[in-house]
Amino acid sequence: MKIAIASGKGGTGKTTLAVNLAASAPMPICLLDCDVEEPNAHLFIRAENIQRHPEGVFVPVIDTDRCTLCGKCEAICRFSALVIIGKRLLAYPEMCHACLGCMRICPEEAISPGERILGDVLSGSFGPHQLIWGEMRVGEAMSPPLIEAVQRMAPEDRPLLLDSPPGTSCPMIAAIRDCDFVVLVTEPTSFGLHDLTLAVETARHLKIPCGIVVNRAEKGNTQIQDYAALEDIPVLLEIPFRRSYAESYSRGEKLIDTDPALRKAFTGLWDIIIKKAEDQKTRRAS
Amino acid sequence: MKELVILSGKGGTGKTSISAAFAHLAPSRILVDADVDAANLHLVVPHKVFSSEAFSGGILPELDLTLCTDCGTCVGICAFHAIKDTHPPEIDPVYCEGCGICHDFCPAGAIGLKPRISGTWFHSSTAEGPMLHARLGIAEENSGKLVSMLRKRAGELGRQGEYPIILVDGPPGIGCPVIASLTGADLVLMVTEPTLSGRHDMLRLAKLCARMRIPVCLTLNKWDLNPEMAHAMEEEARSRGMEILSSIPFDTEMTKAMAAGRSLTEVSSGPASQALMQLWQEVLSLLEKQQKSSDGGLLIMESLKQETIP
Repeated sequence: MKIAIASGKGGTGKTTLAVNLAASAPMPICLLDCDVEEPNAHLFIRAENIQRHPEGVFVPVIDTDRCTLCGKCEAICRFSALVIIGKRLLAYPEMCHACLGCMRICPEEAISPGERILGDVLSGSFGPHQLIWGEMRVGEAMSPPLIEAVQRMAPEDRPLLLDSPPGTSCPMIAAIRDCDFVVLVTEPTSFGLHDLTLAVETARHLKIPCGIVVNRAEKGNTQIQDYAALEDIPVLLEIPFRRSYAESYSRGEKLIDTDPALRKAFTGLWDIIIKKAEDQKTRRAS
Repeated sequence: MKELVILSGKGGTGKTSISAAFAHLAPSRILVDADVDAANLHLVVPHKVFSSEAFSGGILPELDLTLCTDCGTCVGICAFHAIKDTHPPEIDPVYCEGCGICHDFCPAGAIGLKPRISGTWFHSSTAEGPMLHARLGIAEENSGKLVSMLRKRAGELGRQGEYPIILVDGPPGIGCPVIASLTGADLVLMVTEPTLSGRHDMLRLAKLCARMRIPVCLTLNKWDLNPEMAHAMEEEARSRGMEILSSIPFDTEMTKAMAAGRSLTEVSSGPASQALMQLWQEVLSLLEKQQKSSDGGLLIMESLKQETIP
């Protein structure tokens, strides 16, 4: 079972929800922090026995003795990762998407697979749970291969909770596309609502059922609830705005430790999302 | 003409609210919303769209079932598992990277390639100058290319001479669209907050800017949520060669302005609004200083050069 936490807009509380849900899980789970550009879950969860694995992707390596400069690889590469300049074939690894087209098309077998390090995948444990996160190398542009690597490391014997990167483009899609349920975290502002509608459209496009968590909820401000009712999407939880929450967050503390009353709310949220995700799995199987 | 890019690393620290205030305070500028997959600037900057255009940043394969022999070559060759092993095969655009090798290797010539429309971009007018913004399509990629295109158009408009400043509201993170927002810019204003996450993300973005040799100045939004952390972060930033500018206090007027669809400096004279006006003056003088020293050697640039990237 795979449950994603996503948002569209950044800074709405994805990581807050992820770490608090993880810490109040009724069974052993694994939290996957898929925001590999700016991972934050590990700042709130002090994981133990941390292991680090460098993660690489394919890049073409050119054997200049074999290369006849026929130009077939340059022509097939739609990302301009291989270019003939004068009498030399040059590879630009950071442009490569690893489709392997150049290797397949080369008639001289002059291209072999090499590896470029994208970043690290780290894993550790906290209580009965696991935490796996990715850390993209600074300067690297493409995060989806590392997001996939984080997911490949996930154990199969327990529910997975994914903390997604913000936005609705490739990194977010790579994180949530095969999830059974997605929790969309938002805040009752015009930015929050606007980006929520994009995230809802994305979830629907991917045919993943979703529910909404309203963070920094204020009495009398019902714009998110009104939208949810209109779109027939359940509002799963409202976390009120309190300056004390923001202050404890700033110190890297979990909400359930700041306000124990919230622990019950998060445990309750598990019951709902597990049921929703199971329904989806059954639906998918039939 | 100078280009200022507003970035944060962490999302939701106030980039767009600050961009909107600057957009309002600058008497004449070009505005770019480079957060193309969750664009919000248009919600707080009154504008009139006067042209829109589809953006195509890649290709999408198209299977011609009348030619397909169901040989399965494309299924086996796709490195992204974007072609489902059904009979006949089915292409899933969500997984497709647009490498096109299914087209190149199909023995029956049954796979064509068409441009993939991945979004729409807009040229709008506002009281203080043009605004370029976009909307990336649902589940589409190439946001970096779209950002580069918007900035290129802004540069073309800027070179015509009327506008001294290009203001870019950047995306969160440190990946492809952020790199596309940064390349060749004159100055980065980093907007962060005094939280553990804000600090962590600031340091990663600082590393990226240093690597790309772009000078950085810093403002802490909602600094009073954790004054101790705010102070420590400023010290850390200073030691990395960043210029420390005025910080902005937590102020509920910020969300009120957002709800009204206006910039904070337009509708409020509260503490955050005052701080933003001060910040804008500081940013302006930094940008000017840079202009003067572009032939003489820039102080901030020099301090950045000392930073070594491990």
